Amino acid sequence: MTIPARLLSTALALTLCACSRPHNDLTFWAMGRESEVVAELLPEFERTHPGVHVSVHQLPWTGAHAKLLTAVVGAATPDLAQLGNTWIPELAELHALEPLGPRVQHSVSVQPSDYFDGIWDTNVIDGVLYGVPWYVDTRLLFYRTDLLKQAGFDAPPENWKQWRQTMAAIKQRAGPGHFSILLPLNEFEPLTALALQQREPLLRDGGGRGNFDSPGFRKALGLYVEMFDRSWAPLVSEAQISNVWDEFGRGYFAYYISGPWNIGEFKRRLPPERSHDWMTAPLPGPDGPSASIAGGSSLVIFAKSPRKEQAWQLIEYLSRPDVQERFRTLTGDLPPRRSVWNLPALAADPYARAFRQQLERVRPAPKVPEWEHIEDEVKLVGELAATGQMTVEHAARELDRRVDAILEKRRWILARRGARG
Amino acid sequence: MNRPASFAVNGLLLAAAAISVAPLLWMLSASLMPAGQSNVFPPPWVPAAPTLANYRELFARLGVGRYLANSLVVATAGTGLSLLFNVSAGYAFAKLAFAGRERIFQWLLAALVIPAQVAMLPLFLLLRALGLVNSYGGVIVPALASVFGIFLVRQYARSIPDEILEAARLEGAGEARVFVGIVLPLLKPILVTLAIFTFLNIWNDFMWPLIVLTDSRLQTLPVALSLLSREHVQDNELMMAGSVVTVLPPLLLFLGLQRYYIQGLLLGSVKG
Amino acid sequence: MRPNLAGWCFAGPALVVIAVFFMLPVAAAFVLSLTDFDIYAIADPANLRVVWLHNYVQLLRTALFWKALGNTLYFVVVGVPLSIVVSLATAVLLDSELARFKGAFRTALFAPVVTTVVAVAVVWRNLFHARYGWINYALGAVGIAPVDWLGNPHWSMPAIILFAVWKNFGINMIIFVAALQAIPRELYEAARIEGASATQQFRLVTLPLLGPTLLMVGIVTMAGYFQLFAEPYVMTQGGPLQSTVSALYLMYEQGFKWWSLGVASAVAFALFALMLASTALLLRATRARLAAWGG
Repeated sequence: MTIPARLLSTALALTLCACSRPHNDLTFWAMGRESEVVAELLPEFERTHPGVHVSVHQLPWTGAHAKLLTAVVGAATPDLAQLGNTWIPELAELHALEPLGPRVQHSVSVQPSDYFDGIWDTNVIDGVLYGVPWYVDTRLLFYRTDLLKQAGFDAPPENWKQWRQTMAAIKQRAGPGHFSILLPLNEFEPLTALALQQREPLLRDGGGRGNFDSPGFRKALGLYVEMFDRSWAPLVSEAQISNVWDEFGRGYFAYYISGPWNIGEFKRRLPPERSHDWMTAPLPGPDGPSASIAGGSSLVIFAKSPRKEQAWQLIEYLSRPDVQERFRTLTGDLPPRRSVWNLPALAADPYARAFRQQLERVRPAPKVPEWEHIEDEVKLVGELAATGQMTVEHAARELDRRVDAILEKRRWILARRGARG
Repeated sequence: MNRPASFAVNGLLLAAAAISVAPLLWMLSASLMPAGQSNVFPPPWVPAAPTLANYRELFARLGVGRYLANSLVVATAGTGLSLLFNVSAGYAFAKLAFAGRERIFQWLLAALVIPAQVAMLPLFLLLRALGLVNSYGGVIVPALASVFGIFLVRQYARSIPDEILEAARLEGAGEARVFVGIVLPLLKPILVTLAIFTFLNIWNDFMWPLIVLTDSRLQTLPVALSLLSREHVQDNELMMAGSVVTVLPPLLLFLGLQRYYIQGLLLGSVKG
Repeated sequence: MRPNLAGWCFAGPALVVIAVFFMLPVAAAFVLSLTDFDIYAIADPANLRVVWLHNYVQLLRTALFWKALGNTLYFVVVGVPLSIVVSLATAVLLDSELARFKGAFRTALFAPVVTTVVAVAVVWRNLFHARYGWINYALGAVGIAPVDWLGNPHWSMPAIILFAVWKNFGINMIIFVAALQAIPRELYEAARIEGASATQQFRLVTLPLLGPTLLMVGIVTMAGYFQLFAEPYVMTQGGPLQSTVSALYLMYEQGFKWWSLGVASAVAFALFALMLASTALLLRATRARLAAWGG
């Protein structure tokens, strides 16, 4: 083939890169079940906003964080996205997100005072608002009422002492091969929730150092490790539970610390004979009902988007109370707006009641960009402690050591910013 | 005729072949089972009532058709274009004298030692500067030339007698005409081999497309499958169906053209 | 067209691609490894610090780095010989005069090689399932208790090794078949006449003549096994308890999960150095043996 022909084919290859993205769609990245469901809400939005076509991309949760960062670094971000609210500090640091304060001020649909305070606060970094909460997430107890009753208890535990008592009793009745509680070793949320219940914060020095070698965290880790030591919880990770709903239905475990989406999943996937044998309850704290994770996802607009106005219109639409209620019925995700909670459907749902109580007591995670990385270390060290490879004291010190190393750059940057005044 | 020995040899071969192929057969079998049927003890050999439901779900709800198309486009375009680059270069290293030819070739061989992953992160930043992130080009452009491909063509091209080329040149043919008219037809077997190799490598490539294709709509099958599989740990039959779809094209290509593929392997290994 | 110009025109495009899209990034990776390039630096280049060898020193002090190297070496030291033994054994069987249906057997034995790693890793993850997987079922049939392959840190790497050997032995098998066929049959005849048994023939005739091929296969397989990544990514995500974190998996996590590109590049070069050292060691160790075999 001649040289001109070769040049032509190279040019063809390079144009392939330009032709691979349609231009006028509003690109919306969403994760998990929400991404599957939001497509049902879009036809009405597109009907009332002619000229705007929304293209939803589904990201699995397990790869979403890496994908988002890659997209930011690769300058290939979408127009708007669903973002886990613990990721907001990181993306804000990268100047990837559009501040939304002015838009919210002029908005009819989005009323900040209607949102749970703790949840709204997770979107504010250094006084700037970067996201609008879409749905909330927290962790609390799902439990088998019949197994609890058979063990001799009519009501769920309210503090750690009662919780220990119920777990011991259930395990004794269940015997080997069955357990009181499922705590998948690849999940950091249960341990983090227990840690957030303590008085001491998880990080100190303005988010520059870890505070895990503190009495509070050691107490939380102690309870976590105890549950494995006493065989109340099996030493498994999520991948080894082939189907958690089947196993819950079969009584493999009685307690499961999980989130709102499982209300819908349990209703859908549990066998009919079990459908009245389960309930939710707020997370027991050391001395009584206490905090849990202030999780959830927000809707954010990316700074480089050429379609910010349409993206904002979509956010306003998805924030409308009636749309939020429809979204809730489709996903089981709980709304961040109190007005939606007061609607009859949710107010009457017995399983959601515990969440309402818990949401008034949620605490955010530290708002540092490294939080995702720190969560990973919490999970890893938690696993080491749970499997008996480290004592609780050693694990707490080790976690501090690792977290301090992760935060070294942040300390340097904070010091520089401080020096500049 | 040594009966026991013959039984032993063929029996062992049969066992080994069975072990090789059994997981693939299970993959096919489980893909045809309804959800939940494969995750029981003891596991069933074959589906009680074979169903295409998993495939329907893959294509209708999870959009696997698009990922399949992406893989096809990327693998085909990549193969076609890289053939141009590699064959020209292989021929040049074999038959065209130019300054520093042998030294450069030795450097190329040395580069084979470096694992490709070392280059991935800066390559990503480079492609970002060129605007190729998240595009088919991002996957194809770095694969346009490969040392192994050049090596393979060079090995084969060296067997072309110089006299034929000289004769053509003396008759006034330009280098381009010599290449297209004489060399390419003689290289046809190795072209087929290299095409198969390249197609399989690009189709099966996982790490680089995972990094450079951020947009889920552009993902190739292996990447999409890996992300789906981490998300849908519970839906075993569905993932099996996804595996079948991913594995089928390269397997069919291989079954049809294995003679060329294996010949190419041998050629590549006889470098000493 | 003068020969020089023609040569450059034909080789040029490929050389440019390799130079720009491979050599250049490799050099840049080395430079990156001398900095603390991370997410703060991506936000603002002023946040970049040149740290010279600090990344490497820090890696040497990081337990996970040593664990990743250890896991990778475990995989290489066990997997490569196992893979070669299996390949050689099947090649010998295929080459035997007693074998029938050689074409069909060869196709079946080679099939795993052309499959996509990700796809078959998904299948094997299911085969390894502690309660419902075929492997434990088969073990149970011969009276062995079920093994928690992917959940027990002691069994996770063996599981991955088994999978990798299954996937890759076909390539080396073909190469060995070709090498075996190149051995003149007269040598076997001569050995048989002198009373050598089949095993002795293998040891005294086959192995020495396979020497160079064995070495080449060993080096190439070793290089491939050092680059373990896809299997842990799909099957175990580096777990349980990081027992399947390989060097490249660590690089991927540091580089693409946390965007600590400086550290990630350091990991990549450290792995490269290890590969070079191992190859040199292997060459040195076998040189004497090869000389003895007259190879």
